Amino acid sequence: MIPEWGMLSLVIALIFSGLLAILPSRFLKNKPEFANHLVNCYALGQFVFIGLSFSILAYCFLVDDFTVRYVMANSSLSLPWFYKLCAVWGGHEGSILLWLMILSFWTGAVALFSRSLTPSLKVKVMAILALISIGFSLFILLTSNPFWRQFEVLNVEGQSLNPLLQDIGFLFHPPMLYMGYVGFSVAFAFAMAALWEGKLTTTFTAWVRPWVLASWCCLTLGITLGSWWAYRELGWGGWWFWDPVENASFMPWLVGTALIHSLMMTQREHVFKAWTILLSIMAFSLSLIGTFLVRSGVLTSVHAFAVSPLRGLYILVFLSIVIGGALVLFALRAEKLMSQAKLYWFSKEAALMLNNVFLVVLTFTVLLGTLYPLIIDGLGLGKLSVGAPYFNSVFVPIMLPFLAIMGVGVGLKWSKTTVIVWYQNFKWLILASLVLPVAILMINQIQLVVLPLAALSLSFWVILTSIKACRLKHWGMMSAHLGMAVTVIGVCLSSYYGIELDMRLKPHESALLGNYNITFEGAEALKGPNYTGTQAIFKIDSGKDVHVIYPEKRIYTVGMVPMTDAAIDVTPFRDIYIALGEPLDEGAWGVRLYYKPFIRWIWAGGLLMFLGGLYAMIKRRPR
Amino acid sequence: MMKRLVQFSPLALFLILAVFLWRGLSLNPRELASVKIGQAVPDFIVPTFQQGMRFSSAELKGQVSVINVWASWCQACLEEQPFLLTLKHIPLYGLNYKDNKREAKAWLKEWGNPYVKVLTDREGALAINLGVYGAPETFLIDKRGIIRYRHVGVLTEAVWNQEFVPLIVKYEHQ
Repeated sequence: MIPEWGMLSLVIALIFSGLLAILPSRFLKNKPEFANHLVNCYALGQFVFIGLSFSILAYCFLVDDFTVRYVMANSSLSLPWFYKLCAVWGGHEGSILLWLMILSFWTGAVALFSRSLTPSLKVKVMAILALISIGFSLFILLTSNPFWRQFEVLNVEGQSLNPLLQDIGFLFHPPMLYMGYVGFSVAFAFAMAALWEGKLTTTFTAWVRPWVLASWCCLTLGITLGSWWAYRELGWGGWWFWDPVENASFMPWLVGTALIHSLMMTQREHVFKAWTILLSIMAFSLSLIGTFLVRSGVLTSVHAFAVSPLRGLYILVFLSIVIGGALVLFALRAEKLMSQAKLYWFSKEAALMLNNVFLVVLTFTVLLGTLYPLIIDGLGLGKLSVGAPYFNSVFVPIMLPFLAIMGVGVGLKWSKTTVIVWYQNFKWLILASLVLPVAILMINQIQLVVLPLAALSLSFWVILTSIKACRLKHWGMMSAHLGMAVTVIGVCLSSYYGIELDMRLKPHESALLGNYNITFEGAEALKGPNYTGTQAIFKIDSGKDVHVIYPEKRIYTVGMVPMTDAAIDVTPFRDIYIALGEPLDEGAWGVRLYYKPFIRWIWAGGLLMFLGGLYAMIKRRPR
Repeated sequence: MMKRLVQFSPLALFLILAVFLWRGLSLNPRELASVKIGQAVPDFIVPTFQQGMRFSSAELKGQVSVINVWASWCQACLEEQPFLLTLKHIPLYGLNYKDNKREAKAWLKEWGNPYVKVLTDREGALAINLGVYGAPETFLIDKRGIIRYRHVGVLTEAVWNQEFVPLIVKYEHQ
């Protein structure tokens, strides 16, 4: 009976969402206090019952209830308990339920922490959130019910979680990402409410800022974790692949970043109101489109009938109602929010505006690259795929001026800065960021190449200007900007100065990787809880000290899936990454050896950005 | 007027996007040549339909062979199946993709089994490594276990004679 309770509580939650969407606004005119009270009750009810439903699904996984189809398809008896918990969101149905639960969590949080809002605004925000929740609840109940059962007694141990997903990174990666995606629903509801009211007050923009920052933080952390997971588990030594699923999380992040900056302008200078509203709509729309792309099978798995076509159609209709509706409202009402503003070209506003332009252009570049195969195919012009080369060649030229503006903008004043004064203040920093990278590369006897040198200079520029801005005590901004520069340094150095070798090694043979001498000591058999395989021993000799690492080749017992578990020797300044290929004759192995300088900086930067966002969220803004 | 136009532009952009997404739902994108062409088949060991038997990628070496990705849920696979039955001179392996074993076996019983061996890939993990986008897809593997050609969609006699036969002749004599 327990799985049926799960479904039942989902239905009850749906009723609560329906009530939340309709009822409180009826009492708004006569009894605003009562309306407020109703909103809180319904939001709580919705959260409790969706949470209950999710817990029941998790329980089914923990007790291996294979009468539930979803459990059978995504778990197995031999899976350790924490991976069973991960498996709850390892498949389609569960991940949508997670989506819904996080939405109800945000809705509940908004109910609790929005005393600064007038009842009328709060009721509107909550009604919008409830409508989105209704859409997703119906999606689960109609097309992807995780509690679907089968009562045939099957002598199986379950089909197990994809071994790729059996990793600590995956434990936190999807929930974090979803927290970010779904968190933008709050900004979306805010935008809708503002359009509905026809005005945008300062209290309202001040209210939405921490919510945007919170979801941006989750998204930053989620993307960082995802990239780290790809690097550890996929066995190719890459950390970003520009595949549709990654892009789906990256686009809302870019727009979210733009939104944080434009909110700052709207709040301080009362300009760009309509633009901020549009960005809020865009951030959530891109999250929804991302969900559609990942879940409908339009891009990842081609033959639409491999996935239920109903699901794709449902999301698309839902998408059109939500995004289309929002944009219609925007088209009709934005005029009320538009204002004439004069910008001086050398001011903080101008820099922030450029920041927004660049970020939105980047977003559209990624969107175009992601959808291009679909568009070309849709026009009947043929089939093609867009890969990393497109993204890299388009992204890099946009990133460079973006970094330059980032550094300049930090040092500018609101409304107007005199160029001469600015130059006097910053000329030494300009010089330092031009000279330092060259000097550092020369000292370490590294070849000078134009593009990485430019990226390094600009990163130094961002770092130096951020540090100089410390007297402003905007620690959040500082940390986030430093993080950006650190990530760029990591990306640039690891891709330009990394070394990759594919070779065949016999036991006790050595290979030279950069300045490191790597010896294959031998391989031995391996037995884990739910896998068997081979473990190899490699000695890394840098001339000064010796490290030993153990890459593995695992075969998971359920499904007999072979998996490469690369071993990595880590220091803050370089990784040595060794992955086993296939066994060859005479005890030899095909081996991949990678030398990746500064690769950890990519994720360190992500972490810095996250911390910066977190600080800005928690800190009270002086009014 | 100009202002109106600007205000409606996001909506217009989204509508265009939505049309393409909708088209995408009903499209059957036959993807490009696999990036894997010219590369070795990724190493794998998978269960086959014969009880207790496994198949490893090492067994592909030594002769030119064909791997056909199919599933019982796949309508197009049924279309190409009569042609597959006529292929006699080359080992044809079936890769049963994201399928239910019982249904797949029933399918083979009903329509006839063109394959020497049927490899199972329930989760589609092997298919991912091969770069498979959907079913049906057909791969030509040479004697050294290197992928030489990939055809997406229904395999017809015309495609076979035009694309596969010359390559088979070429790699047979290598």
